[in-house]
Amino acid sequence: MNVWLLALQEIRIGLRNRWVIATTLVLGALSLSLVLLGSAPTGEVKADSLAIIVVSLASLSIFLLPLIALLLSYDAIVGEQERGTLVLLLSYPVARWQVVLGKVLGHTAILAFATIVGYGAAAVALWLRGDAASGSIGAFGAMVLTSIMLGASFVAIGCLASTVVRERATAAGLAVGAWLFFVLIYDTAVLGVLVADQGRTVGERGLNALLLLNPTDVYRLFNMTATESTSIYSGMAGPGDATALPLPVFLAALAGWILVPLALAVIAFRKRSV
Amino acid sequence: MEPIAQWTGVTRRYGKLVAVREVDLALSAGSATALVGHNGAGKTTLIKLLLGLIRPDEGEVRVAGADPAGGQGAHARRVLGYLPENVAFHGAMTGAELMAFYAGLKRQPAARNAELLEQVGIAHAADRRISTYSKGMRQRLGIAQALIGEPRLLLLDEPTSGLDPASRADVFALIDRLRQSGATVLVSTHALAEIEHHVDRIAIMHKGELVAAGSLDELRRGSGAELRLRLRVRPCRTGQVLERLPAQVRCIRRDDESLELVAPAAGKMALLREILAMDDVVTDLELDEVGLAQVYSRLVGSIGDPS
Repeated sequence: MNVWLLALQEIRIGLRNRWVIATTLVLGALSLSLVLLGSAPTGEVKADSLAIIVVSLASLSIFLLPLIALLLSYDAIVGEQERGTLVLLLSYPVARWQVVLGKVLGHTAILAFATIVGYGAAAVALWLRGDAASGSIGAFGAMVLTSIMLGASFVAIGCLASTVVRERATAAGLAVGAWLFFVLIYDTAVLGVLVADQGRTVGERGLNALLLLNPTDVYRLFNMTATESTSIYSGMAGPGDATALPLPVFLAALAGWILVPLALAVIAFRKRSV
Repeated sequence: MEPIAQWTGVTRRYGKLVAVREVDLALSAGSATALVGHNGAGKTTLIKLLLGLIRPDEGEVRVAGADPAGGQGAHARRVLGYLPENVAFHGAMTGAELMAFYAGLKRQPAARNAELLEQVGIAHAADRRISTYSKGMRQRLGIAQALIGEPRLLLLDEPTSGLDPASRADVFALIDRLRQSGATVLVSTHALAEIEHHVDRIAIMHKGELVAAGSLDELRRGSGAELRLRLRVRPCRTGQVLERLPAQVRCIRRDDESLELVAPAAGKMALLREILAMDDVVTDLELDEVGLAQVYSRLVGSIGDPS
């Protein structure tokens, strides 16, 4: 009940300060531009446009959604404390875990709305043009679902950053750092390790483990390999598959990337004196 | 009477700084208590301990029989209303929306919110964004949210700071109303002279320690605060008056027709009888009551910032 009220409050604030509309417009504009401009690569070939869109949108989401999620959430706890509203909120009969969970749920709901509407617009546009192969609808749905999970994971990471520091600016720095690390640095570093290692110690298992340790990689692997049609366009198909992991493992890993930072944020918040 | 809130041997440190040291204090149900002290004397820390926002390093805090920072803390907080020092709200919300949110957290129907906003005098601004509110209106909104659900214990942290005189008077009238309704009130304040007649008890904090607690009368006696009198006397009769006064009375200023005297507050009535008996020579009498401000400065030294 309290969690629900707190989440609703976050959504209301998101509507008021135009985060919801701005995020939805950004995601909608990008996905529609992919639909409208992105028909060029397939040209006259009767390719499955929706499958292509799934692959392109997934690539885009990896950069954009974590960034939006972190921007939404880095302020969650430390911002309230700096504005002086946290003391009052905690004087009410709410438990601290409810505050963290409510905020994460509220921010995730904002992202979910923006993702569904923004990416949905692309799907609708394709469907109106009659380009959407029905087989790819599932892949598209799975992409939207995992996009929301990816967003939720970074909302939780941002919230954790917000809970462990004393100043907003520090939380913002941590959030930027998390984005750089997971989105840009991690893959390069893993690649570097693989090259240096020359396959001596890091085997396939090791690589799989390394990729599961980054929510953006989990998301990428899931969406590039989820269905036959997407794996064709993502260049991940064929023998010697990039990964031998079954799909539920990816979903579980993404869920873990939501729950673990969330739990850590709750623990940190309980210890925090306000 | 059963205390609704209690600090027992409470010490709380922030790093090396001892914010409160071995404080023993209880708020009996239905009483109004003023918490006074310099800035940084530990008043807000005591209140935050009651709210369970921080835990004591030593000692024990109880609210309605439970530990406010413990597992049942949220339950204990249900009987509380709190006005923080420098209350702040999310500016994008309207007053009415904010009240609905807070009422929901306390499981109270939102229907009574309009009444509360009316009571604090900002009903006209209920549908405006809080970012457009003045400082006084925000403070009033802060008071309105503290009153949600008729709390049994109200913690008002400097409710009058930064308010104009009319709004301050409203705050004191509210404290009186709450007292009459049987609620327990704890108000931390620097407005010593204004608060003294609106509370039953006064607790004085100084550098983290509870210096004294009791009714104004008890504090007057305990502090040894002195009575100040000015007498108008028939010309050249002051010597005669001084001879007849009790020995504890000191004369601090004297001229042909007037005397200024200092006497222990405890012997006030006896002294007055003495003086009235000399109505043949004493023509007028002016008496400075010993107020909280004097008691306070006796107990902790000069007041740095009386605002």
